[in-house]
Amino acid sequence: MRRVGLACGLLFLWAPILLMVLYAFSADRIPFQWGGVSLRWFVALAANERMREAAFLSLRIAAGAATLATLLGGLAGWALARFGPFRGRALLGALAGAPLVLPEVVTGLSLLLLFVLAQGAAEAWLGWSPGRGAATILLAHATIGLAYVAVVVQARLAAFDPSLEEAAAGLGAAPITVFRTVTLPLIAPSLAAGWLLAFTLSLDDVVVASFVSGPAGTTLPMLVFSALKVGLTPEINALSALVLAVAALAAGLAGLILARRANGAG
Amino acid sequence: MRRLLILLPPLGWLLLLVAAPLLILGLIAFAEAGPGVPPFLPPVGWAGGPVWQGSLESLGMLLADAYYLESFLRSLLTAFLTAALCLLLAYPMALGIAGARPSWRLPLLLLVLLPFLTGFLPRVGAWIGLLRDGGWVNGVLGLAGVGPLRLLYSDLALYLGMVHAYLPFAVLPLATALLRRDLSLEEAAADLGATPFTVFRSVTLPLSLPAAASAFLLVFIPAAGEFVIPELLGPPEAQLVGRVLWGEFFQNRDWPLAAALALALLVVLLPPILLFQRLGRRG
Repeated sequence: MRRVGLACGLLFLWAPILLMVLYAFSADRIPFQWGGVSLRWFVALAANERMREAAFLSLRIAAGAATLATLLGGLAGWALARFGPFRGRALLGALAGAPLVLPEVVTGLSLLLLFVLAQGAAEAWLGWSPGRGAATILLAHATIGLAYVAVVVQARLAAFDPSLEEAAAGLGAAPITVFRTVTLPLIAPSLAAGWLLAFTLSLDDVVVASFVSGPAGTTLPMLVFSALKVGLTPEINALSALVLAVAALAAGLAGLILARRANGAG
Repeated sequence: MRRLLILLPPLGWLLLLVAAPLLILGLIAFAEAGPGVPPFLPPVGWAGGPVWQGSLESLGMLLADAYYLESFLRSLLTAFLTAALCLLLAYPMALGIAGARPSWRLPLLLLVLLPFLTGFLPRVGAWIGLLRDGGWVNGVLGLAGVGPLRLLYSDLALYLGMVHAYLPFAVLPLATALLRRDLSLEEAAADLGATPFTVFRSVTLPLSLPAAASAFLLVFIPAAGEFVIPELLGPPEAQLVGRVLWGEFFQNRDWPLAAALALALLVVLLPPILLFQRLGRRG
């Protein structure tokens, strides 16, 4: 009975995804219709310059945002897990948790309003008018990623006794040595998993990016979204299969890292 | 000193990019729409000193025009049904994971979570391909002599897409709670003669209620503001808040009204968010 429930749920989750991957290799012009095995839609995709440009832009934004998110989120998670009660802890916790629970449309609109005001201020006082685009999307995605990394790192550190670090310090290790030899190895897997999580989230976001972007920045999800509004094309089908493969690879990698560490620790 | 160096970068970042934007959003909800760039008049102006020039027009519109009130009700109903459906599907799945052999549990859990990380858009795209007129599902139905049916851009497509997207969110907290549960309680009940169903109803289910509430809220909160799935799969009349806000901002360029909608959405979602965080702390 339990197995039947699980099997049905997994079938529901995976059937559309697996069918989509299967039909990405169909030669037929109509998506989800079998016309013999072919790679023509992948070839067409590779030749599509707008897609290539958007994909390259998205990958650069995702890598930059994930790196920023990992640095800042790591610090936030560390402070939340290790600093005990301090003034501003509740504020830090609430702000770091906010992007996790805020609706995407609210995050997107509020960040856009900030960027517009900042643009106005920069123009009025510095005579400098930065446009919106890749940079504003990167800032927004780094903020969302930060929240996820902070949660992962905090949970990881909370599971570990601070006496490990205290022991190292008691034996005469300098703070930087304690960090390098005890704390960093402890949180490295969660930092890696957090980076991958922030990366995939950035690569998948269409709502926040649409709000904060300008005419210069069209990311891959924005392009796919406007295409899907008209309907599914075989090219988008092939692209989705590709995105699924990359994301599954990254997510599987993150899962393996976390699982290996969990088994090693337990 | 060292602590300050660790604390300041993330706190400063969050104040600038989370706290400040929300404050600005709250302020712009009181602004008056205008033709300029940006298309509004700031609610507080400067004429030798700060002057109030805001208006309650946008916020008042939300109450006066039934269109907006309906969009809120419709969003809450959609989010509620999505969360309930997810919970109904997720519970047996979580039980299945918790009851599997230990070496199978993590791979099974990853199998549930992977679709969540493979992206919204490809999955929504898959549903478009499956459900459209003359699409895959209609083909299969045709073999059985049914249809063709109008499936895409319907409530059915909307809920299929929503549940498909949010199901992993519901499984995770339930599976974690069921994996951690104390099996000796169930064994004791069984030893005392309770049937498997009674054990489930009187022991397993009540003990997992906080996790079920977490799972429900984890789906309900993001589903209430969802934009992409209703836009791509739902019927045109499914004007949920996310879609209405998007339309006011991108099509009508009424930024104060969009901000007022966002502010109202935040207020409506605050109780479930606080409840969710309380449940999280207890767990």
